[in-house]
Amino acid sequence: MSTKRLMLGNEALAYGLLKNGCQMACAYPGTPSSEILSAVVSLKKEMKLDIHAQWAVNEKVAFETAYAGAQAGLRTAVAMKQVGLNVAADPLMSSVYLGVKGGFLVISADDPGPHSSQTEQDSRLMAVMAKLPVLDPDSPVQAAELAGIAFDLSEAFEIPVMLRPTTRVCHSRQSMDVEKIEMTLRQAAFEKNPGRWAATPKFRLQLHKELEAKLAKIADYEPTRPRLVSGTAKGGGQAIVLSGVAAANARDIIKERHLDIPVYQVVQPFPLHKDFIDEMEGYDEILVLEETWGVIEMQLADKKRVKGKNTGFISPTGELLPENVEERICAFVGVDYQAPQITMLPGRRPTLCAGCSHRASFYAIKKAAPKGIFTSDIGCYTLGCNLGAVDTVTCMGAGISQAAGFTIAYAKNEKQPPVFSTIGDSTFFHSGIPGLIETVTKKIPYVLVILDNRTTAMTGHQPTPASGRDASGDPCIAVNIPAIVKGCGVNFIKTADPYDLPAFIDILKEAKAYCKENGPAVVIAEHPCLLNLDRAELKASFKRVIVNRDVCDGCGYCVSQFECPALNMDQEIEQVCIDPGLCTGCAVCSFVCPKGALVLENQE
Amino acid sequence: MLNNQQIIISGLGGQGVLFIAKLLAGAAMADNLPVLTSETHGMAQRGGNVISYLKIGDFSGPLIRPATADALIALKAESFAHHSYFLKPGGLAVVNSPDPVEDDRYRVFCGNATALAEEAGNVRSENVAMLGFFMGAIKDDTPVFNPDTLARMIKEKFQAKPAVATNVLSLLGAGMQLYQKR
Repeated sequence: MSTKRLMLGNEALAYGLLKNGCQMACAYPGTPSSEILSAVVSLKKEMKLDIHAQWAVNEKVAFETAYAGAQAGLRTAVAMKQVGLNVAADPLMSSVYLGVKGGFLVISADDPGPHSSQTEQDSRLMAVMAKLPVLDPDSPVQAAELAGIAFDLSEAFEIPVMLRPTTRVCHSRQSMDVEKIEMTLRQAAFEKNPGRWAATPKFRLQLHKELEAKLAKIADYEPTRPRLVSGTAKGGGQAIVLSGVAAANARDIIKERHLDIPVYQVVQPFPLHKDFIDEMEGYDEILVLEETWGVIEMQLADKKRVKGKNTGFISPTGELLPENVEERICAFVGVDYQAPQITMLPGRRPTLCAGCSHRASFYAIKKAAPKGIFTSDIGCYTLGCNLGAVDTVTCMGAGISQAAGFTIAYAKNEKQPPVFSTIGDSTFFHSGIPGLIETVTKKIPYVLVILDNRTTAMTGHQPTPASGRDASGDPCIAVNIPAIVKGCGVNFIKTADPYDLPAFIDILKEAKAYCKENGPAVVIAEHPCLLNLDRAELKASFKRVIVNRDVCDGCGYCVSQFECPALNMDQEIEQVCIDPGLCTGCAVCSFVCPKGALVLENQE
Repeated sequence: MLNNQQIIISGLGGQGVLFIAKLLAGAAMADNLPVLTSETHGMAQRGGNVISYLKIGDFSGPLIRPATADALIALKAESFAHHSYFLKPGGLAVVNSPDPVEDDRYRVFCGNATALAEEAGNVRSENVAMLGFFMGAIKDDTPVFNPDTLARMIKEKFQAKPAVATNVLSLLGAGMQLYQKR
């Protein structure tokens, strides 16, 4: 019996995985993919499924773990965001040559826009490079459907299959039928075959040849063939080819405007079906709507007849919004389009939450090294840029290596600016450790501040290896950050709570002095993310700060330099005021006012 | 025949935009209508402008095009300024604001949901008060949003916490009254 549920795209994906026998799911969180593994865990609990769900330390580890399960004959999956696939690119490229026994899905969620990512890269191009088939769902319902098709495809050709949803699939909700999942568990059965699973270069050439043969057959695989979704195949004139969420948006527009034109939806953008490419040869003009790069388009041979991303007819950057889809379809078929008048206002910039301990850490870093260079990393703390304490953000783990690079670049200058690097706890585990080891061996003079809030906050509070709980919330071994830092060879390691701002600034100054002669100094800023605390905990630690009206001269220093959302300038009285709805009672601002106007309530 | 509805819900991160989008979606589903929504996650949630799209009826795409939305629920006056461009001409806007908001392109109704929530002792539930205000205003436009189904949904959702259900329902009712008394 099935029930109707409003399923987030990521939940629908998780449902599709489990419904089709996925026994191992591994992931590293990253928007827009994060809820896939959380949903696997909740469905596992709800439907009492005896399967393995794991948050891994990074995408490469997640990939390799899930891949081995598929080598042993189980159906498995790994989920990540598109830039996570860069981290897992090494096992991706190799595993496609070696292939699988059980079905293996690589879910890489793209973020056209970008809404919460450093690039708009198209994972389907990674699939082209790695030579594995990729499926492109247009909605939560189709994401669940394609998960099943992808597992079958993977097992039919013993090849990993990529599933590439985008933000608007992952973070849409759709009403869909959900039934109770009954699973027949497979036993792991790894068949030893070193010529395949541990292939040397000579055998790799053979595997590459076999891979090409597989791809040719996959380009003729029936269940993933392009679908005619509107109009009738004419074999001449104009045609529209759609993929992903652009297909969902375009279908609405074509229906609304009663356009009589053959419209095809491609669910497997690579390898594009051979007979579809042949069929398209018949049309005089073809519009291709896909995100983010022209992957289907580049497989259609004749550029003169094709209009898409690569020919400049569709913008190569940004999200393909439904209004853009409508305008481009109208331009293509030659009907009028009236663009609505839109006045876009600048939005509020995202900011660290009121009471976030990162704000205190960044303020302290600015105080300890006003002329410093501040390298940082990926996470909530990227928002330290608002406070002027984040100068660089490149990719996961880069802040530490870049700190080394800046000190080396400045070594020949007359003056060397102090270099402070900030990294979150989850990011430190993910890819900060190799960089730290490197800076120890080179005796790099910089201060590393590890912002330890005991969680992966930005993506929705997934556990880190230091949390002591696993993906299901069960207790597990907690890894000790100071012990890792010590093990890397660092000799200056201090842990402190940045809420005690003056003491924290002193420690940073001490670290700055130490590193000049002795190499890396590490300060661990330890305070839990407030979003993880319950009301009772917040209430117990609440310290009320009030504005001394006789002292506040409305200089605005606290508002501009500390940037707490709970601190606002009252334009009428020209003094600062504290928003009681937002203030969390961290009391850090009481150290910030240069005039001493922000005071603890009982100390006035 | 399906009465297609496209609704924009706009506010700031933490105001509970998603919560009311899910309540409305759940109520429509309980009345056997197909539902599609789209929402904001990640970096933008941290205090930024947050938007949810709610589409009820015969749609495939999750987003709403500018100048096509039937209604806008704005949890701040600035949310109206930001996202009113989604409304079709003559579309309905309900705005949480103590002061009137004028825009002759649309039918704009303002109510002080924040004050209602404060009176009820929970300033954080201004979203629920605004949802009530919306339910009052949309009633004459379409039968798609059924207050009885919504009330049933809320009772089911907070089955384990009957006190919460009572508070939510009474604030919802207060919001509806605020519209009627305007």
